[in-house]
Amino acid sequence: MPILSMEGISKSFPGVRALDAVDFDLERGDVHALVGENGAGKSTLMKILSGVYRADSGVLRLDDQVVEPTGPRSMIDAGIGVIYQELNLVPHLSLAENVFLGREPLLRTGAINWKKMGTDFNELIEPFDVPLKPFTQVSSIGPAYQQVVEIVKALSLNAKILVMDEPTAALTGHEVDRLFELIQRLQGDGVSLVYISHRLEEIWRVANRVTVLRDGQHISSRPLEDVTIDSLIKDMVGRDLEEQYPKAEVEHGEEALRVEHLTKAGICEDVSFSVKRGEIVGFSGLVGAGRTEIAQLIFGYRKKDSGTIFLDGKEVSIDHTWDAVNNGIALIPEERREQGLVLGQSVFDNVALPVLNSFSRLGRITFSKLRTVIEEIVRLIGVRTPSLQQQVKNLSGGNQQKVVLSKWFVRRANIYIFDEPTRGIDVGAKVEIYKLMQKLAQDGAAIIMISSELPEIMNIPDRIIAVRGGRITGEFDRKEATEEQVMRAAFGIAEDAS
Amino acid sequence: MSEEATTMKEKLTPILKNYGMIIAFVLVCLVMWALTPHFLTPTNLLNVVRQSSIIGVMAVGVTFVILSGGIDLSVGSVMAVSGMIAAGTMQNGGGIFLGIVVALGVGIAAGLVNGFLVTKGGITPFVVTLGMMSIARGATLIYSKGYPISGFSETFRFIGGGDILGIPFPIIIFFLVVLAGWAVLTQTRLGRYTYAIGGNEETVKLSGINSDFFKTMVYVISGATAAISALILTSRLNSAGPTAGLTYELTVIAAVVIGGTSLSGGRGSVWGSLIGALLIAVINNGMNLMGISPYFQELVRGVIIILAVYVDRLREQ
Repeated sequence: MPILSMEGISKSFPGVRALDAVDFDLERGDVHALVGENGAGKSTLMKILSGVYRADSGVLRLDDQVVEPTGPRSMIDAGIGVIYQELNLVPHLSLAENVFLGREPLLRTGAINWKKMGTDFNELIEPFDVPLKPFTQVSSIGPAYQQVVEIVKALSLNAKILVMDEPTAALTGHEVDRLFELIQRLQGDGVSLVYISHRLEEIWRVANRVTVLRDGQHISSRPLEDVTIDSLIKDMVGRDLEEQYPKAEVEHGEEALRVEHLTKAGICEDVSFSVKRGEIVGFSGLVGAGRTEIAQLIFGYRKKDSGTIFLDGKEVSIDHTWDAVNNGIALIPEERREQGLVLGQSVFDNVALPVLNSFSRLGRITFSKLRTVIEEIVRLIGVRTPSLQQQVKNLSGGNQQKVVLSKWFVRRANIYIFDEPTRGIDVGAKVEIYKLMQKLAQDGAAIIMISSELPEIMNIPDRIIAVRGGRITGEFDRKEATEEQVMRAAFGIAEDAS
Repeated sequence: MSEEATTMKEKLTPILKNYGMIIAFVLVCLVMWALTPHFLTPTNLLNVVRQSSIIGVMAVGVTFVILSGGIDLSVGSVMAVSGMIAAGTMQNGGGIFLGIVVALGVGIAAGLVNGFLVTKGGITPFVVTLGMMSIARGATLIYSKGYPISGFSETFRFIGGGDILGIPFPIIIFFLVVLAGWAVLTQTRLGRYTYAIGGNEETVKLSGINSDFFKTMVYVISGATAAISALILTSRLNSAGPTAGLTYELTVIAAVVIGGTSLSGGRGSVWGSLIGALLIAVINNGMNLMGISPYFQELVRGVIIILAVYVDRLREQ
């Protein structure tokens, strides 16, 4: 008898059928992975489970008892804990205050019983074997520990089912290992988990069943032994993926970008490299290795201490972002929602942003010409949007990234820097992004691709540069490099480690 | 049944979204008309619009600032100082042309300082313009030694008192400023960037745009509109007073906010601010006609500001 059974769940939003009679069973003590492309209905299903949304139809059973959620509170009381991708802790309160938020132990006077709160916290955190003190501020600990605090909070509310939405998105390799150990321990304690992730390779490490949703429908539920990555992807996108990593042979031209001795105190030191026209160079490394910062230094978003940048062999000075753009450099930033888009504005306004100055006559914007150009590019890139007037906040992650790309297709550049271009977007859209990068390379652009995903970095770039602690620690031809070599250089694993 | 209800709602929502403020405005006017028949006479209506023009002109400038995600608390004092220095210039033998140039120069200079401190100094707009509010007021008092400067040429007095084809000149200025504001916001880079900066400034920077320059410009525009209002007021009263425009900044911000411009930036229009300024003037006028005590008027104005923003919030959902 499953601990949770969702049967025939349907949910519609104006204009979209988000879930169409979906079934989902969670067995006691299982770690059940839930996968699907963006917009497949994963979050909607989980929001119904957590009481945030109410299903239009369908039955929800916990321990074979029919449950009618009346809101998030009722599902927390029923033993459902959800750990969202954006952690929901109050940054300027202490860890203990966060765990006991809304149910603080009180003294008889009505004041908060800090002593009891501290000991209760220590008791709860003890089994996790982490160095966390009750009255440390949340903002002073990293995302991995914040996640632990969220888990502790959920468990202290007697959660029997934990839903984790993209828990590894903000974690480094080592932290991911620790999280998986923690999940195993929870599993041992009889907690059942739903695990949502875009990083498919993780699923085999952590889950024992996997359910695939596509376009709001249930496609398959299988034990992981019966699943291969290819069959999983096929279920997710609904077609055979010729190649998850398309290959393109592109002639390399002249050197387009050369960076010499780029240095910025505390960020990077003596970084030198070059990229040719038609070439894709991958930057591999851990989060925090300094890759994003190096990109921002080249783009003039940060001020460098020293170092020289050459474009087409000529030295240029780039002190501001507009210097970079005027010199034909484009940056597709890591945080697309915070840095790449104006979420409340339309697709049109977003794509138009970098090109308004070339579509102005006597100070007046020539909207008709601009619209023609943008329509063409948006079609070429394949942005799926009802209209150019659609606000970008209503688009899926993959389509949002395509809007960012459209900006820099309209405003043609010679050098494109992609910072984590496929993070958080679904498999199908990833392939399209790779192809667009290759198309740019074919058209003669030089491309830098920063990525923390090893399979991607091993397959897309022509050359791989490893960065660690703000220094270049290795450079490899993709055809000759092995994953191990790149990892050693990027992750700082000593040669003799065993 | 519920199907019909949703389609009805779907049909009504965009209408309310686009015209909600105008509908509210018309309703308030109808109420005023019902309560005081004198309200709807041409003389009174022209009077109301003329009265709204001083707040309204500044509201156009402040709309730019608020759209960019900032705030300008200094417009009332900047209006006072630019009016005062212009008055002094004209009293000391400068012509009307020089007076106008000086007024605009002072307003623009104050805006430049505001913009510079916000962008290069990294101080929040609230604090910068709060400081400027005090600085400009202080400068007015120092320059005037606390006394008003009065008595100007007939030509200058046309700005606030004259009319063309029966339409008071301040109204003409007001509508020209609104039109100019609308054109800049919708048709130029400065306008589009103002919306984008209010939506997400980091994205604008990373799109290779000198956002600091454009942000400075919105404060310059705000300062310039304060100067235009100063000219209207000084001309109309035939006098520049040291306490002119006291607390006007709050009425101006109220007009912008009533007009549906979001205080967090990125959303709104000058048409909204026009309606906001008119609405405030209509309510003041109506209450005066009805002989309501000024003490009550103050209270009613407060309720209306909160109500207007609440209604705006409802239609956003």
